[in-house]
Amino acid sequence: MSTFQLLNGLTFAALLFVVASGFTLIFGLLRIVNLAHGALYLLGGYIGFAVATKTGSFALGGLGAMVAIAAIGFVLDQGLLRFVRGNDLRQVLLTLGFAFVIDDMSLVIWGGDSFTVPIPQMLKGGMRVFGVFYPTYRLFVLATGIVVFAGLWGLLNHTRLGALIRAGVDDAEMVEASGVNIRRVFLVTFLLGSALAGLGGLMGGAFLSLYPSADAEILVFSLAIVIIGGRGSLVGVGVGSLLVGLLNTLGQVMFPELAYFVIFGPMALLLAFRPLGLFGRAATT
Amino acid sequence: MTGRAAAIVLAILAIAAALPLILSNYQVGLATEMLIFGMLAMSIDILAGFAGRTSLGHGAIFGVSGYVVVYASAQAGLPPAVAFVLGMAAATAVAIVFALLAVRTSGVYFLLLTLALGMIVWGICLRWTQVTGGENGMRGDVRPAFLVMHRAFYWAVLAVTALVSYAMWRFVRSPFGLTLLGIRDSESRMKSLGYNVPLHLFVGFAVSGFFAGIAGALYAMFNNFVSPSTVALAQSVEGVLMMIAGGVGTLFGGFVGAAAIITLENVVSAYTERWQTVLGITFIVIMICAPEGIIGTLRAILTRGAGDKERYKGN
Amino acid sequence: MDRRQFLKNSTAAVAAAGTITTPWRRARAQSSPIKIGLLTPLTGVVASGGKEMVEGVQFYLESVNYQIAGRKVELVIEDDASNPDTALQKARRLVEQGNCHMLIGDLLANTGLAVANYVKGTGTPYFIPIIAADDLTQRQRIKNVIRVAGYTGSAFTHPFGDWCLKQGYKKIATISQDYTFGHEQCGGLAQVFTEGGGEIVQQFWHPLNTADFSPYLGQLADLKVDAIFAMETGADATRLIQQYASFGLKGKFPLLGAMNATDQSVIRTLGEECDGIIAAAHFAEGSDNPVTQKFTKNYEAKYGKIPSLYGFSMYSGIMWVAEALEKIGGKAEDRDALIDSVLKTELTGSPLGTTVKLDAYGNPIYDVQIRKVVKRADGKYWNVPIASYPGVSQFWKYDPETYMKQPPYSRTFQGIKKA
Repeated sequence: MSTFQLLNGLTFAALLFVVASGFTLIFGLLRIVNLAHGALYLLGGYIGFAVATKTGSFALGGLGAMVAIAAIGFVLDQGLLRFVRGNDLRQVLLTLGFAFVIDDMSLVIWGGDSFTVPIPQMLKGGMRVFGVFYPTYRLFVLATGIVVFAGLWGLLNHTRLGALIRAGVDDAEMVEASGVNIRRVFLVTFLLGSALAGLGGLMGGAFLSLYPSADAEILVFSLAIVIIGGRGSLVGVGVGSLLVGLLNTLGQVMFPELAYFVIFGPMALLLAFRPLGLFGRAATT
Repeated sequence: MTGRAAAIVLAILAIAAALPLILSNYQVGLATEMLIFGMLAMSIDILAGFAGRTSLGHGAIFGVSGYVVVYASAQAGLPPAVAFVLGMAAATAVAIVFALLAVRTSGVYFLLLTLALGMIVWGICLRWTQVTGGENGMRGDVRPAFLVMHRAFYWAVLAVTALVSYAMWRFVRSPFGLTLLGIRDSESRMKSLGYNVPLHLFVGFAVSGFFAGIAGALYAMFNNFVSPSTVALAQSVEGVLMMIAGGVGTLFGGFVGAAAIITLENVVSAYTERWQTVLGITFIVIMICAPEGIIGTLRAILTRGAGDKERYKGN
Repeated sequence: MDRRQFLKNSTAAVAAAGTITTPWRRARAQSSPIKIGLLTPLTGVVASGGKEMVEGVQFYLESVNYQIAGRKVELVIEDDASNPDTALQKARRLVEQGNCHMLIGDLLANTGLAVANYVKGTGTPYFIPIIAADDLTQRQRIKNVIRVAGYTGSAFTHPFGDWCLKQGYKKIATISQDYTFGHEQCGGLAQVFTEGGGEIVQQFWHPLNTADFSPYLGQLADLKVDAIFAMETGADATRLIQQYASFGLKGKFPLLGAMNATDQSVIRTLGEECDGIIAAAHFAEGSDNPVTQKFTKNYEAKYGKIPSLYGFSMYSGIMWVAEALEKIGGKAEDRDALIDSVLKTELTGSPLGTTVKLDAYGNPIYDVQIRKVVKRADGKYWNVPIASYPGVSQFWKYDPETYMKQPPYSRTFQGIKKA
């Protein structure tokens, strides 16, 4: 694989990581398979696009996307999911219904045209890295992915909240029994996960564009990553993103016919033989 | 079956058979679709309601049958009956492959695994253009000559549906079916009693796939057309929704659910393009307020305190 | 004014029979309305094109006050959701429930093929200005499916191949969406180009809705070619054009596009990355032909955007049907007469500014423009013609019978002449 293709795979993996990390936070701790995650990504992209074009600032677009999607995540969790707590299947299907509504409303507001989030001037163009001419913005995405990883790592391993989240992934009941307001931890996690989806939408919207089926595509990738990497594990999501990102790029170059196999094949096999994924740990409850 | 129940069943069948005499051609077509999708929903219910495993891959199984039927009659020129049987066989084969991989999982993981497997099937149908026609799908005149008219086809479908429903009903009430129920309620108990749980699930999955295949073959005949959207995730989701709307574990709720969703879709899309929003809201409302579905809720109201509210158990 | 059919039906699968109410008709002293069923993707992947299709039809019907040959016109719009199963369902509804005299529309080839298969059985006239699957007017012709004001996939790329030769290009690579329309567009170009001595160095095929073109662009960058032909539609076109520029290929190789790639529906949300891309099409919204200018100006005034292929094609399509209906006194019920009239009609009012007629196989003959994307005075981009090929049919310069003996264009057959 040439340097060029390697960079393609890595930068795509970085975007996937940002989105999938949000997904796994929610799946890992709250055990909710949030099938609306893709719709949140797309909506975040659209909102970020609107803010960025209005204000002329990419950074404000990112902030706007994160805040707005966190708010919608709040509505989803507190307004709807609270009625079906504890019932995995009902939660999954409820989020699916929510995704339908969000998608359709996005279509109504923005129409079906493709939009591209405007890149700030200093990130335009390309630069020479490792002997190839590569778009600066994509390198920025790669850098952001690394920063998000570092940030989440710090959060999970060096803060009290992070410790609570990790403990909750292992055994939520125990954490609650020890007097912690687990509900609040859950809520914060849900908001954080949603915000990451929104951020992903803005970032992806700048080089992959925003269009009506982008949500399903990113959701499918997120699912594959979380299954492969393992529930509730940050390292797992990192490794999963790398695998999926690189496999996707490799697959397109070498086996365009087998585009879906290359990702879903390993995912299905893993699920069948090691459902916890590469780095997942079974919850004790 | 008690005499009274048999009388009710016969009455329903008689009414169903009489429908084409009062409905327009288009409505007969809708009724045919309700029967076909009702069958799909029931096949999903065999696993979901009776073995506690909800699958998001049955759309793929359903659609594969359709592909084989259209291919066999349009490309290979085989007679409709042969094509039909091949379709059923193909669906069962796919279900067996899915089952081999999926029986050891449960709950959300089962859901995701069947979803992934369904996507692989969809990917094949989309990209293997030589055989499946790729994006464009395949068209053909699949129906035998005597079933070309709306009414004739409806009656044929009704007959098949009645037979299949009876078969499914007998299946879930058989000792095997009761074992599945036991697995749904407590897998560990069944294991400690010495039952081979994976084997039972495997057979249950295969049987469920067989019935989904029949529905798929009929659908191919209904449309004379098949395309990747027939095997897509959306198809599986719709099947699950119809099953849930009718009532998980009620088996015949599948027909009620199918009728409800298809009717709703027809009515709604006459007024607005926002069917997807309506569908989404319906999903949400059902999940929150009526997870037992129409039949399940009715049953609960009619037999309060008889423990029927426990019948719906999500994982 | 168009209106949606008010359908009320309740079907009984469990309980007793439902009631049926008949469609609501506008009371008319003279005769009943002509019912036209418009199938279009209002949701799904190609939703933006679908909306413009509706606008194109409405734009024409409003200009004639929804009257053709003295009869009122009732336009019934149904969403095919960019999905063949849904398209079939809606087609059934329009024909069997809505009693439409004819169907028009659909965007994606697979939806068109599904509906065509259905109307083959019912005999309903079906007009497809946008569907470009070659075979519907070539080897697998269905009598009542007519491509008014439309085009086949290879019709415009045949002369484009010739233009490439004239530019002195010797080697071209193609990148295309992997489906019939893509195969046909590339095939048309490849056949004429290689028969004239050119070489197709490599062809890339990618699935529809490819978000990330970097793997392909990487390989393209390494090739030694004179130009790259990109056959893309919709969101794929947007992304390819942007990523092509961001990877620095814009300065390296001239980019040639399928007309859909530089259509207004794509370039209106793009910036300088689309500047200078050349394509071949019948329609160029920036043409200085006075009729075209008037059409573009009025359309823009009404809908706030420059007309795209979708708006233009549907406008022309419904205009064609209307002119054909006028000739038979508005008798939409007489299917054979209608189809016959459509095949014989020569469209005189076309926004192209020339008279358009159908060839013996039901496909229009056009003057093909080689057009370039340029920036307008107000900063928007549009297509302006730079060369022209008059009177091009779907068969280019080939004899139709001989042409149809060769297989339809596909991934494996691109008409490439071995050197």
